[in-house]
Amino acid sequence: MSLVHKTAADLGALIAAGEVSAVEVAQAHLDRIAAVDPQVNAFLHVDAETTLKQARAVDARRAAGEELGPLAGVPIAHKDVFTTVDMPTTAGSKILEGYRPPYDATVTRRLREAGLVILGKTNLDEFAMGSSTENSAYGPTRNPWDLSRIPGGSSGGSSAAVAAYEAPLSTGTDTGGSIRQPAAVTGIVGMKPTYGGSSRYGLIAFASSLDTPGPFARNVLDTALLHEAFSGHDVMDATSVDAPVPSVVAAARNGDVAGLRIGVVKEFGGDGYQAGVLARFHETVELLESLGAKVFEVSCPSFTTALPAYYLIAPSECSSNLARFDAMRYGLRVGDDGTRSAEEVMALTRAQGFGPEVKRRIILGTYALSSGYYDAYYGQAQKVRTLIARDFEAAFQQVDVLISPTTPTTAFPIGERADDPMAMYLADLCTIPANLAGNAAISVPCGLADEDGLPVGLQIMAPVLGDDRCYRVGAAVEKALQARWGGSLLSRAPEL
Amino acid sequence: MPYDEALERFEPVLGLETHVELGTASKMFCGCPTTFGAPPNTHVCPVCLALPGSLPTTNAAAIESTIRIGLALNCSIAEWCRFARKNYFYPDMPKNYQISQYDEPLCFDGYLDVEVDGKTVRIEIERVHLEEDTGKSTHVGGATGRIHGADYSIVDYNRAGIPLVEIVTKPIPGTDRLAPEVARAYGTELRELVRGLGVSDVRMEEGSMRFDVNVSLMPRGSSEWGTRTETKNVNSLRSVERSVRGEIERQAAILADGGRIIQETRHFHENTGTTTSGRSKEEAQDYRYFPEPDLVPIAPDPAWVAELKAALPELPGVRRKRLQQEWGVSDLDMTSMYNADAIVLVEATVAAGAPPADARKWWMGELARRANEAGLPLSALRITPDQIARVCAMVAGGALNDKLARQVLEGVLNGEGSPDEVVAARGLQIVNDEGELMEIIDQVLAGNADAADKVRSGKVAAVGALVGGVMKASRGKADAGRARELILERLGVSE
Repeated sequence: MSLVHKTAADLGALIAAGEVSAVEVAQAHLDRIAAVDPQVNAFLHVDAETTLKQARAVDARRAAGEELGPLAGVPIAHKDVFTTVDMPTTAGSKILEGYRPPYDATVTRRLREAGLVILGKTNLDEFAMGSSTENSAYGPTRNPWDLSRIPGGSSGGSSAAVAAYEAPLSTGTDTGGSIRQPAAVTGIVGMKPTYGGSSRYGLIAFASSLDTPGPFARNVLDTALLHEAFSGHDVMDATSVDAPVPSVVAAARNGDVAGLRIGVVKEFGGDGYQAGVLARFHETVELLESLGAKVFEVSCPSFTTALPAYYLIAPSECSSNLARFDAMRYGLRVGDDGTRSAEEVMALTRAQGFGPEVKRRIILGTYALSSGYYDAYYGQAQKVRTLIARDFEAAFQQVDVLISPTTPTTAFPIGERADDPMAMYLADLCTIPANLAGNAAISVPCGLADEDGLPVGLQIMAPVLGDDRCYRVGAAVEKALQARWGGSLLSRAPEL
Repeated sequence: MPYDEALERFEPVLGLETHVELGTASKMFCGCPTTFGAPPNTHVCPVCLALPGSLPTTNAAAIESTIRIGLALNCSIAEWCRFARKNYFYPDMPKNYQISQYDEPLCFDGYLDVEVDGKTVRIEIERVHLEEDTGKSTHVGGATGRIHGADYSIVDYNRAGIPLVEIVTKPIPGTDRLAPEVARAYGTELRELVRGLGVSDVRMEEGSMRFDVNVSLMPRGSSEWGTRTETKNVNSLRSVERSVRGEIERQAAILADGGRIIQETRHFHENTGTTTSGRSKEEAQDYRYFPEPDLVPIAPDPAWVAELKAALPELPGVRRKRLQQEWGVSDLDMTSMYNADAIVLVEATVAAGAPPADARKWWMGELARRANEAGLPLSALRITPDQIARVCAMVAGGALNDKLARQVLEGVLNGEGSPDEVVAARGLQIVNDEGELMEIIDQVLAGNADAADKVRSGKVAAVGALVGGVMKASRGKADAGRARELILERLGVSE
């Protein structure tokens, strides 16, 4: 098996044992990127020399006898919303083209300290606003399963990079499903930790009360290892939770669901869901029962109002968060020819620097926060948010985890929903409630839809700080399904 | 319209919003230092420059200072409250929103008693909240120094993110013709209170305390308040008083002519004592306030708040009563010291060893005169209470007389150094060497034989001219009393 097909855990062990160098592992992935990324377009920035320099440093630390962590020397791709001192950070936007931050995000810093080697920065919907990565100012990323289809979004570059074996691990951010939905449609694992469980410092904000950094990998254990490596309290993020990181790695190694109470969310399924998605989901429910779990149907009535509430709260926060991109201190500056006022330069810059979806959301959010509309829109949406959190609380009185399909459909063709924002927004129907309530939730592969042969994801939702439960159930499903399939789902993807 | 006429026809209603920069070591939401006067854009970091991805974290010392101000103003302290974002675009505000507080202030419903004209006036406090300061724009070119008409602007973000407390009064009716004095007295008392708490240096000339002054008028006999204007960033107590007076005169003239007052912000001009129109509030900005999602709510522990309350220092009114007793001064003297803003200075001078009467004499006499000439507040004079105390000690020890002491003060104010350095450099020591003094006396007697004869013949009053001659010849350094004695002795005359 080539180095790029190995798991992160195996690569870490091989490097620690000295059987392979971090430089060799990095080079193998750089070669793979060079070979397939022209088709996939997962990366916005790759800089082999910077990558190899980091790999050499890990090899030197090992040679000096330093004890290295389980992921030291393992390559990683970062979604291009995390700041990196040695690579540009654009958020997928023209307004930050070429911007080089003077500081590392907490997530990138912690992973650097753990010895992970950065391969590059991955593509995304501009400012993480979208479900297809088509909203990137730098062109769409393609799904490795079918290059004419979307890889999900907004973290589509990160999901595609891992699914295309360009990186064993990647980071993403999940505001309304931006990790779980791309993971589902590319046949990999993606986790949205409990809100506040992973630091937002250095994550370019979309919607502050929802944004959650999280891991991607090709299997549950690798995902947990990455989760553990960057999580935990951060004094630089006031909303960071000051509590121990849930024991996600142990849970991923355990994978026992016997006696576990699992709730199937009644409101997710039926009309608007692809038949192949529902078929795989129901099979997985039966599988969990066969593994000894007790399955119940649980009603969460307010989940049906999550989508409209989300599309008031997220745009409201983004309209304020994106105000700082004003051409004054950094980034794009348009029209500063000495004749125009600062206000005119700001307006011209924002007009040219932001794409249509970003503008749509800024306008929506500005409207929703306006005097006279605030109570009816933002205020009302916050009430819905409380109801959703209550539904979760009530559900978790009855069951240990909730499950649903991650997305209503498999990956759709590039361009299909580009002119229909409402259709695009539906991709996050099942994932948004966990963001609004701050819960932990994961997507793991559960098969291919019969109609199109494309991956289907299972979503497992757990209470706040119950992240380990996602991994425990995810590991059980992964193990049982891989036994049935005779290998990983991804091994059935076409060769690139 | 002249003030007296304006007051015959209208009654003013006041309102004051005061911004106080807290003296915390670091900024409100990051670790940058807050010291004044650093080179532009050196006290900045990713957070206060609002670089992409940066996040605010709350300065606990600023929360504590704000609660202490609230407690000193007899406010209730919120058990739970949040920061809010105030959204508007301006180049000196890095995030293009200000983290402030909206409908959930940290402190609310208090009061401050001030004394005006021998009467106590209770000023009701609406709220005390915490926010961050903006950067500072300088508009270069153009006539006004304002952004309109400027060639270009430069921005210094050192001030961006410095914790700022906003103290808002409820509307203050019933001040009648004393409105300007009440406004000033409130400002003075508030400054004393904040300074006494040690939470800000309240240097108005550096902008660490500034006032927005709201004024409206209603016709006498009416109970319906008029439209108000808000004069922004008034930065001295004298200007607070003048701006109220000027605004009353301006509004009265418009109303008397049948005009209407436009709700707007106005700018105060020190040189003329008048205000000019700023931004109309009738097309009010919509700040789209919403709870700051990057920060968690503030929930001060009631037990801790009670501890802070118990540990408050003596408040200014109580302190003044105590000092008045200790110093043994009259109500009138105390009031004049208070009005001249001299109490703290006198107190510090006494603490440095000067007798209270001497400390008061210098600050309220010579120094007040010089401050007045220079158009400066007493506290802005370049002389310290320690230096005054040193001069007092030299006079008491006989090394200086009052005339020489004034010259020493002049030297210190001119930046010539400490009192001892000025005495040495200017040679101001009293001539105590009697041999030297006798030489001068003999010269003067020789040059004024007529006057000397008159004294010898019994006209003792003529000695004045001779003493004057000695003082002149010694350039004021002689001890006049001793010179008189020696002249009479030399002339063989006794009194």
